[in-house]
Amino acid sequence: MNVAPEVLHTDTKNVAAPATILDISSLWVSHHEQQILKNINLKIPKGRITAFLGPSGCGKTTLLKSINRLTDLHSGMKVTGSIKLNGNEILTAGNNLSDLRQKMGLLSQRPYPLPMNIFDNIAFGLKIQGIKNKTEIAHRVEKHLKQAAIWDEVKDRLKSPATKLSIGQQQRLCLARGLAVNPEVILADEPTSALDPISSRKIEEQFQELKNDYTIILVTHILRQAKWLADNIVFMYMGAVIEQGNPDQIFNHPQSDILKNYLSDSH
Amino acid sequence: MRLTRTLKEYTAGTWTLFSVGVVLLMPLLLGIGIALKALPIFEHVTLTEMLTSGEWQPSSGKFGFLPFIVSSLVVTAIGLILMIPFGLLPAIYLTQYAPPRTLKVMRSVIDILAGIPSVIHGVWGVLIVVPLVSVYIAPIFGVNTTGYTILAGGIVLAIATLPFVLHMLLEVFRSIPMELKEASLSLGATYWETIKKVVLRKAFPGIIAAFALGVSKAFGETIAVLMVVGNIVQLPTSMFDAGYPLPALIANNYGEMLSIPMYDAALMFAALVLFIIVLIFNIFSRLAIQRTTQK
Amino acid sequence: MIEEKFFKYLMAVFTYSLIGLLFLILYEIFKKGFPALSWDMISQVPKGGFYFGKEGGILNAIVGSLYLALGASLLSILISLPVAIFISISLVKYEKWQHIIRLILDLLWGVPPIVYGAFMFSIMLSFGMKASLLAGIITIALLITPVMIRAMDEVLRNIPLGLLESSLSLGATRFETAVIFFRQALPGIATAFLLGFAKGVGDTAAVLFTVGYTDYIPRSVMEPAATLPLSIFFQLSSPIEEVKARAYAAAVVLTGIILIISVFSRYLSSRVSKNTIS
Repeated sequence: MNVAPEVLHTDTKNVAAPATILDISSLWVSHHEQQILKNINLKIPKGRITAFLGPSGCGKTTLLKSINRLTDLHSGMKVTGSIKLNGNEILTAGNNLSDLRQKMGLLSQRPYPLPMNIFDNIAFGLKIQGIKNKTEIAHRVEKHLKQAAIWDEVKDRLKSPATKLSIGQQQRLCLARGLAVNPEVILADEPTSALDPISSRKIEEQFQELKNDYTIILVTHILRQAKWLADNIVFMYMGAVIEQGNPDQIFNHPQSDILKNYLSDSH
Repeated sequence: MRLTRTLKEYTAGTWTLFSVGVVLLMPLLLGIGIALKALPIFEHVTLTEMLTSGEWQPSSGKFGFLPFIVSSLVVTAIGLILMIPFGLLPAIYLTQYAPPRTLKVMRSVIDILAGIPSVIHGVWGVLIVVPLVSVYIAPIFGVNTTGYTILAGGIVLAIATLPFVLHMLLEVFRSIPMELKEASLSLGATYWETIKKVVLRKAFPGIIAAFALGVSKAFGETIAVLMVVGNIVQLPTSMFDAGYPLPALIANNYGEMLSIPMYDAALMFAALVLFIIVLIFNIFSRLAIQRTTQK
Repeated sequence: MIEEKFFKYLMAVFTYSLIGLLFLILYEIFKKGFPALSWDMISQVPKGGFYFGKEGGILNAIVGSLYLALGASLLSILISLPVAIFISISLVKYEKWQHIIRLILDLLWGVPPIVYGAFMFSIMLSFGMKASLLAGIITIALLITPVMIRAMDEVLRNIPLGLLESSLSLGATRFETAVIFFRQALPGIATAFLLGFAKGVGDTAAVLFTVGYTDYIPRSVMEPAATLPLSIFFQLSSPIEEVKARAYAAAVVLTGIILIISVFSRYLSSRVSKNTIS
């Protein structure tokens, strides 16, 4: 089991270190005997955009999905270690798993709107939180659709089916839907990979806005995206974390050979 | 989590587990229930006698099931023989030669045929097939018959089971990958040769499975056959004889069940035999299908 | 190639003969049945006994069939729907168990209706239950449950994993996720329901011993009921023309109902529900 020693750039830019919202320690994940993640130790800072970067197959999506235990849905998955959200252990959560999952909104590679109209897609998250007041629901739906920069495009057809939207609009709808449950963390799994450049840009711009109120973890293989969005980049290879740092450190002063090769290959 | 949500989740979960339990227990209960009810007969007659004796006289305690078993076998065999060409040929034609629109239309035709209830097949059998046998087919062989024969039973059985078999054959042929045909053609084989040598060979296990399932369905087909097969207890010697398949035995005599001792156990035994035969054919063909899809 | 041409021709003939077969069957049934149809026929119950009575019609069978099929389908869906959803959601991690349950369902699906009828009948004998609409409903529900579950399972299987992930990420409980899946698969579920309903309307062998037979319309589920298939089965061989006519009329009505359900469910499955992901 070759686990390369990790390079951690010390963050010289920020004087006050941000709080840790997610504490991942000794995380090992295997699927049908094949080791996917090896001894992951990460502290995800609150209120920042952290990008998981790396070639395909490096385990970044699995890492993301371990955080809200979507790995539970696959047969043959073995997960050991600890993932704590604000001190609450996720991996052994029992009855409160759905509450913990609610704190982390998911944006998948492809949009999966709920089989309802646009309004109800957003209202769903509100209703399961117990909000019944119609005015408040309407107000929140508008707020979150605005947060996803899609309000103007759909305000006149809130009752039409969500599937009639274009793919780029559906993805922004899913973003709004996830925001409706008041998460603390947004887990984004290559959210622009199915979208055209204009829609991709819109999503990226919203992430910049949302950064102030939410912690975002972004899985991506698009270097440009990581460079301009991320505050903190975690570079992974073959299931292990190789280097961590801010974009300047990762892109301009890479330390490990693997990262250097990756950057030169990608140009 | 709020109380109502938890309550809903808990009630739904409990009901679901209960339903799953019911469904999983069903085959067990069915089998055991029928077996228990059939048990008493073993005290009076041996298994060998039941399966090999042709003497069926329940009032005298004689329970030889041979006439019924043979009837079932012959009727099913005739049905199978008729189903093979009417199943394979259209399946090949529709999946390999016909334009997609034809396949689509024929699927609807087949589905509608599949939905026709057993009793309607029986009515049609009485109106058309029985006269067909007595007026047209039997005279060719020099036989005089009312038409209520094993042959009529076999024909009606084929018509009733064919849509089901066709549906599965279409699935089998459709699952043959294009690449296989393309590879054969690029090696120089003609389309027809490809079908004969490559497609049919690949589809073979699936074809066997489809017909095995068809046979299993045919064995259990009760009403349509019952209405045209004659229902005379005898060992059939020709397809122009009347027959009395196993399901018909059960269907016709449930009324007598209680009046004659051991009769109910005997009929339950017949049901048990049916159940086991159908189960065996089912398991066999499901496993065969699995092996093809696993490759 | 001559061989190919020959076989191609042969195959085409056999294929199109199937259309001919369908039309032949429908034609004969309608030919005999339409003359027997009249307003009286479908609005009255048989008078003077179903085997000998010359008056009246088949209303008892029409209503009985509808009660039976509806009751059985509703009873079945109470069990079938949770099980189908269970397979797709709760068992998503346990592929082996999904496999096993599907296998058991396939095996159950192959059991002939007469076996269900015989089984139910012997239970009824043991408990001293008389033939009744309720007994028929239970028997048919047993019969159609495996079919319904499998049909719903087929649709639910096609729901992408991403929807399950999205739903769980929103913090939805399994029940709330099940409701989402239900909405997503609604056309398929409706089709499965119709399938079960059609089987309930058309079945003879399973209800032969269990639902009894009567000239009247049952006023409670504990009374026996007549169904269209039984009506045909018992009256077709009567020596009396008027009774036979009732059988043919029932045949036409039954075939008509089945055709309507067939067409309607094809319409349903081709129409992707407006709210679902394609």
